[in-house]
Amino acid sequence: MPEPVIAIAAPEHRATRDARHDRLFAGLLKACAFLVLAALLGAAFATLWGGREAFDTFGWRFLTSAAWDPGSQEYGALVPVYGTLATSAIALLIAVPVSFGIALYLSEVAPRWLRTPVASAIELLAGIPSIIYGMWGLFVFAPFFAEHIKPWLTTYLGNNPDDGNPSWVAGHVPFIGKMFASDYPFGASILTAGIVLAIMIIPFISSVMREVFQTVPTRLKESAYALGSSTWEVSWDIVLPYTRSAVIGGIFLGLGRALGETMAVTFVLGNAMDLSASLLDPGASIASTIANQFSEAVGLQKSALMALAFLLFVVTFVVLLIARLMLRRLASREGR
Amino acid sequence: MTSRSMNAALALAPSMAPPVAEPKLKVRDLHFHYDGFHALKNIGMDIPESQVTAIIGPSGCGKSTLLRIFNRIYAIYPKLKATGSIELDGENILDPRYSMNRLRSKVGMVFQKPVPFPMTIFENVAYGIRHHERLSRADLEARVEQALRAAALWDEAKDKLKANALGLSGGQQQRLCIARAIALKPEVLLLDEPTSALDPIATGRIEQLIEELKSQFTIVIVTHNMQQAARVSDRTAFMYLGELVEFDETEKIFTKPGKKQTEDYITGRFG
Repeated sequence: MPEPVIAIAAPEHRATRDARHDRLFAGLLKACAFLVLAALLGAAFATLWGGREAFDTFGWRFLTSAAWDPGSQEYGALVPVYGTLATSAIALLIAVPVSFGIALYLSEVAPRWLRTPVASAIELLAGIPSIIYGMWGLFVFAPFFAEHIKPWLTTYLGNNPDDGNPSWVAGHVPFIGKMFASDYPFGASILTAGIVLAIMIIPFISSVMREVFQTVPTRLKESAYALGSSTWEVSWDIVLPYTRSAVIGGIFLGLGRALGETMAVTFVLGNAMDLSASLLDPGASIASTIANQFSEAVGLQKSALMALAFLLFVVTFVVLLIARLMLRRLASREGR
Repeated sequence: MTSRSMNAALALAPSMAPPVAEPKLKVRDLHFHYDGFHALKNIGMDIPESQVTAIIGPSGCGKSTLLRIFNRIYAIYPKLKATGSIELDGENILDPRYSMNRLRSKVGMVFQKPVPFPMTIFENVAYGIRHHERLSRADLEARVEQALRAAALWDEAKDKLKANALGLSGGQQQRLCIARAIALKPEVLLLDEPTSALDPIATGRIEQLIEELKSQFTIVIVTHNMQQAARVSDRTAFMYLGELVEFDETEKIFTKPGKKQTEDYITGRFG
């Protein structure tokens, strides 16, 4: 009678096969995960290797020098690093509150029929290629900025370009005068780039925020309303703390994008290798410098660009590290 | 008895017990609609002061809906509409001119599941107080302690006021929510199935607490647990399909109910 033999053997057979499959599956997953790690380390190492000549030649001076002169073969990363950090900081300063507003409106205030269309519009906005933002920035926004916004800023916030006298605000708040002084007539500047970056990262930050705000349990919000809280108080005291780590995650997603954004920034930043305290003067970022110079760079200049790329890794890593530390400190203040 | 309350008494359905002399909450001709659904139909009831009133009935009968009108928490959602009147100490709380802030400082609410805010135990209780009063740090601390003592949580929580409230057990969290509500010194306390997510021991503690609190607050409790209604309440309202079927002294409801539907429900024939 062959049947019982088969009946017993079949499950045994399956069990070995399943175990083998599971091992294979686990190995495959592990390989995928390690691929990411390998790509990251590979890219970091490749840029470090490519930049070794610049690091060897200039040493620490590469970080502190504002010079960038292919003529005399003198390179320093200070201007592009400063430009990267300044434009990203401005972008966050604008994008975070605006995104918070958009997300809160969509998750707490807006009527139901309006939520989905606006949310899809935001996602479409996130899908626009950065070159389009760059073109818009160059042809539309920068001229507008130069004509309308910049004169207002220099007059009311900055030092007067003609006589150097501070405006009323600049006379009362330190540093403001220099930040908003400029005798350069064009629209491309660190502030312009920051604003264009803000517009680019708002869709990212606001759609993450909107999604996490929707995860706040209704009963939690109702309990706060029942204690007499207003919508603003519920949002600020309950919704935001509850979703804090995801919100910070979303902000850093946007920041990561801002730090590395190339095309849009290259178009509106002005690409001047000068260090200026004014946000209205042109500058350079790491990504824009690389994009502008890579095609013609050879020798030490090429190595300096590689070294810049490595620094972008370092800057991003440090920023993420700070984010982690911030989260941990917030958590401990909350008693967790 | 004033002629006004006499008239009110006449307006009540015949199966109602004689109204209490000075009701804390007076509900008249209350209807509630959402999305075209008539959820509450012509509710009229007098909720006595410093007593526990239980609202029972099968799922979907509108008991929670009714409770959620007493502090107008429904108003945070669009398209919900209550008509009629609910008088709290003679003032109609459904009147849009009755300020939400004032109403919610007078009528506190505790929800089905314990929902501590994502902050420390101390901050959870202090949160509501800060909305309504400006207190010095010392006064605030005294108020928080008072509320935690009243909610029978002080002994367990006093050494970890700065710890996150989510670290408490379910029963402790629910007592924290009660502390949070009574910290505002409300006059009415609404409990929406406060023990449905708790184990029997934690439930027992909450019921004991309700007994202790009723001298200071007018308590309205919605429960699907009939034994609980029988244990903790002085008066019981039975609701069915959006209508108030019967409202009387708890003992009477559970021993000789006036209506067939009530009897069927409490004897377990449906629900």
